[in-house]
Amino acid sequence: MNYETVIGLEVHAELSTKSKIYCGCTTEFGGEVNTHCCPICTGMPGVLPVLNEKVVEYAIRAGLATNCEIAKFSKQDRKNYFYPDLPKAYQVSQYDLPLCTNGYIEIEVNGNTKKVGIHRIHIEEDAGKLMHDQWETGTLVDFNRCGVPLIEIVTEPDMRSAEEAKAVLDKIKSILEYTEVSDCKMQEGSLRCDVNLSIKPEGQKEFGTRTEMKNLNSFRSLVRAVESESKRQQQVLESGGVIVQETRRWDDNKGVSYSMRNKEEAHDYRYFPEPDLAPIVTTDEMVESIRKTLPELPDVRRKRFVEQYGLPEYDAWLLTTSKFLADFFEEAAKISNSPKMVSNWMMGDMMRIINDKGLDYDAIPFTPANFADLLGLIEKGTISGSIAKTVFEEMFTSGKHPEDIVKEKGLVQISDEGELVGIVKTVLDENPQSVSDYRSGKDKAFGYLVGQTMKATKGKANPQVINKILKDLLK
Amino acid sequence: MELYRYTAHEIRDMLRNKETSVPELVKACLERINQVEPKVKAYVTVCEDEALRKAAEIQKGFDLGEDMPALAGVPMALKDNMCTKGLVTSCASRMLDNFVPPYDAAVVNKLSEEKAVLLGKMNMDEFAMGSSTENSYYKQTKNPWDLECVPGGSSGGSAAAVAADEAVFTLGSDTGGSIRLPAAFCGTVGLKPTYGSVSRFGLVAFASSLDQIGPLTKDVTDCALVMNAISGHDPHDSTSANVAYPDYTKALVNNVKGLKIGLPKEYFGEGINPEVGKTVEKAVELLGELGAEYEEFELPITEYALPAYYLISSAEASSNLARYDGIKYGYRAERFDDLIDLYRQSRSEGFGPEVKRRIMIGTYALSAGYYDAYYKKALQVRTLIKRGFDKAFEKYDVIITPVSPTTAFKIGEKAEDPLEMYLSDICTVSVNIAGLPGMVIPCGFDSKGLPVGLQLIGKPFDETTLIRAAYTFEQNTDYHKRRPNL
Repeated sequence: MNYETVIGLEVHAELSTKSKIYCGCTTEFGGEVNTHCCPICTGMPGVLPVLNEKVVEYAIRAGLATNCEIAKFSKQDRKNYFYPDLPKAYQVSQYDLPLCTNGYIEIEVNGNTKKVGIHRIHIEEDAGKLMHDQWETGTLVDFNRCGVPLIEIVTEPDMRSAEEAKAVLDKIKSILEYTEVSDCKMQEGSLRCDVNLSIKPEGQKEFGTRTEMKNLNSFRSLVRAVESESKRQQQVLESGGVIVQETRRWDDNKGVSYSMRNKEEAHDYRYFPEPDLAPIVTTDEMVESIRKTLPELPDVRRKRFVEQYGLPEYDAWLLTTSKFLADFFEEAAKISNSPKMVSNWMMGDMMRIINDKGLDYDAIPFTPANFADLLGLIEKGTISGSIAKTVFEEMFTSGKHPEDIVKEKGLVQISDEGELVGIVKTVLDENPQSVSDYRSGKDKAFGYLVGQTMKATKGKANPQVINKILKDLLK
Repeated sequence: MELYRYTAHEIRDMLRNKETSVPELVKACLERINQVEPKVKAYVTVCEDEALRKAAEIQKGFDLGEDMPALAGVPMALKDNMCTKGLVTSCASRMLDNFVPPYDAAVVNKLSEEKAVLLGKMNMDEFAMGSSTENSYYKQTKNPWDLECVPGGSSGGSAAAVAADEAVFTLGSDTGGSIRLPAAFCGTVGLKPTYGSVSRFGLVAFASSLDQIGPLTKDVTDCALVMNAISGHDPHDSTSANVAYPDYTKALVNNVKGLKIGLPKEYFGEGINPEVGKTVEKAVELLGELGAEYEEFELPITEYALPAYYLISSAEASSNLARYDGIKYGYRAERFDDLIDLYRQSRSEGFGPEVKRRIMIGTYALSAGYYDAYYKKALQVRTLIKRGFDKAFEKYDVIITPVSPTTAFKIGEKAEDPLEMYLSDICTVSVNIAGLPGMVIPCGFDSKGLPVGLQLIGKPFDETTLIRAAYTFEQNTDYHKRRPNL
């Protein structure tokens, strides 16, 4: 039987507000353990929360950017459960009256555009962090993250493949980055994703029983987890079993998931309205003034890149997924004569090096202007394309200006025919076999001789000049 | 007269006229505490050295002729559920026996600005849950009028201390009657202000939507003075009301002419001890003679107030008290097997039986499948009760009722029967549910010589009308001047 996978995502994003949701503590990541906290965010007896208005503004911005309706009246609720990283033993969240509802985003997969519904977006507070390994006698708690504001974005179960799920997470991430709602750093945990997944026989209308998968901290693990879980469910069904509604934890090292059916997970959260906080009331004026501050969003920017710079659809899409990349492109393109060339280099070598090094975009150690200068050196014929690759690698390591690298390493291209003729002659003398091969019609030998000449000049020879000299000498 | 017997407003005048000094006053109160505390047991902490140090400091202000606040130099004490920086705040619970707050409650800051002198922290029912102060982890506070009787609760220490002249005034907290019931049992003045008019920041929460801090004082004038000091908008408390707060002393007017008083039949009927009912009625008649108009009326839904109260307050408490888990502060069991066991043992050993009972009621009421039948229904009753009061206040300026069905009962008399104990709150809980101000003044004594209290209920933020009515009654009687024989 053929099965169809039904996927919904729950995305948690830490907001980029300066202070926490209910107190004045900083939200900065990476502070000394337990230094970014106070009696309020550590849940001391008698303390009270005061809602950071910026949190509401940021969440509304996310809602508007995903075409949501903004609730006129919304409230906060307590979600009760015991865990050492949750000092009040309840998380303030939103239960039945979230701030944003009923939106959608658009994704492109295999050239097709698809709408994916946003069920709701609500605000809540983050928990602290347990540290299991740094102490011999037990577990320690770091409350720095406690009370950092989050939004939870819940999609409709509109995805049907790992590819679509990835595209949705991609799109949500870029929207949150564009609107500066969150910095979306998955490895720092500021963007986290849970997957709800069920399968059903193709064509059947009713959904199957779903499972919830937690601990997906990269796009790669999202894709692998979706594939693994739909396979697992299929095996269960085909062996005559039934799917149990449960929460599962993804182990990315082993590439498998485990059921989290233990006492701690058997929760009845006993939601009830948070009596320490007033309801959130929004006005049309407030929502409209936030709407006015929304920047150009990824979909619009992508279309503009195609029209304005003549980029292919795919390139425009990839560059605009990340606000950082898109900004980088536009700044470099402003300086360079050839936006196409900027795009090609970014799509090719730049992405390859970034992926090889596992870099964050914002850790790129040179400016778009320096990058444009590198491309300018190629255009001017100062260096060859292949030398430029070496220089580019070096820019990633040292962050130096390309001209400095070229100077320091003596990489300027040799285009002087007089200088190159001698070198080519030596190469021909050393490779009589190739010379005769070429002359007997084996064109391949020509390439070999070009390669040898490049080698002899440590890649600095201008390939066009070498071609010309070789052709002359081999006539 | 002994120095410890004076009221705050008398002390204010005496200090300005240099008839006494702050250190003299504080010493007199500390001596009084030493003398009667073995009998009354109202305090859980007395901070003698700090009080004397403060007294000397404040006296300097008087000596230099500085402009001093109304409560400057007045010795006072706080219920032990208000956080005091550097001073144990226990809620009379084993759970917080060792808890020293790193910050001061908003009311503590306000009283400190007023230069009042903190004598110590008062005994209470554990986490403010109870009507008799029998649920304290530490000790049984006695009623100064009859040491075999309870002082009421949960602010039993706060009321007993004022009645026994162990403090000039105290602060209590009131979730369902916890200021008013002990005020009535001990014959003091007590006010539960309108919800939102005194900051709850730093008050260890029992039931957030009902809790309110208020004064227990020797007379109505002191009540107004303390209200001036502690009320006001606090941006750190999201439920604090941002309204204009009056000068409550302006309401100290001996005149009730034309005041319209409503007497809800439901509060005078079955279950109310006839002596109590009659004493309250006589008090109302006196107000009538002084020019007020009064009549009986029906206040519907009253019978559902008590169950609604116990559901709402317990539900909130079950969540508010979940943070006491043995992880961060407070009591942690010595032996446990794993995380769940750490929680279980710490909470089993750290909480007393009444607190556990409320946590269980509340957890049950919020549980999936029961929420609609209990918690949600209770909220609906809450709305109806509010509406009932709104309607009544279209017609009346003040509603008068008894405070409790009986006067102070014997220690141990109801301790084994929680339901009987809960009925002590039947006249007071509606006021919290509706968020209204409720004031208690002494209005007589029963045949056993125990004080009877009168409850005045007002419109939201209309404490001034209550104070005016109470002041008028007080000016025409002398119950507030009587003192127990200790």
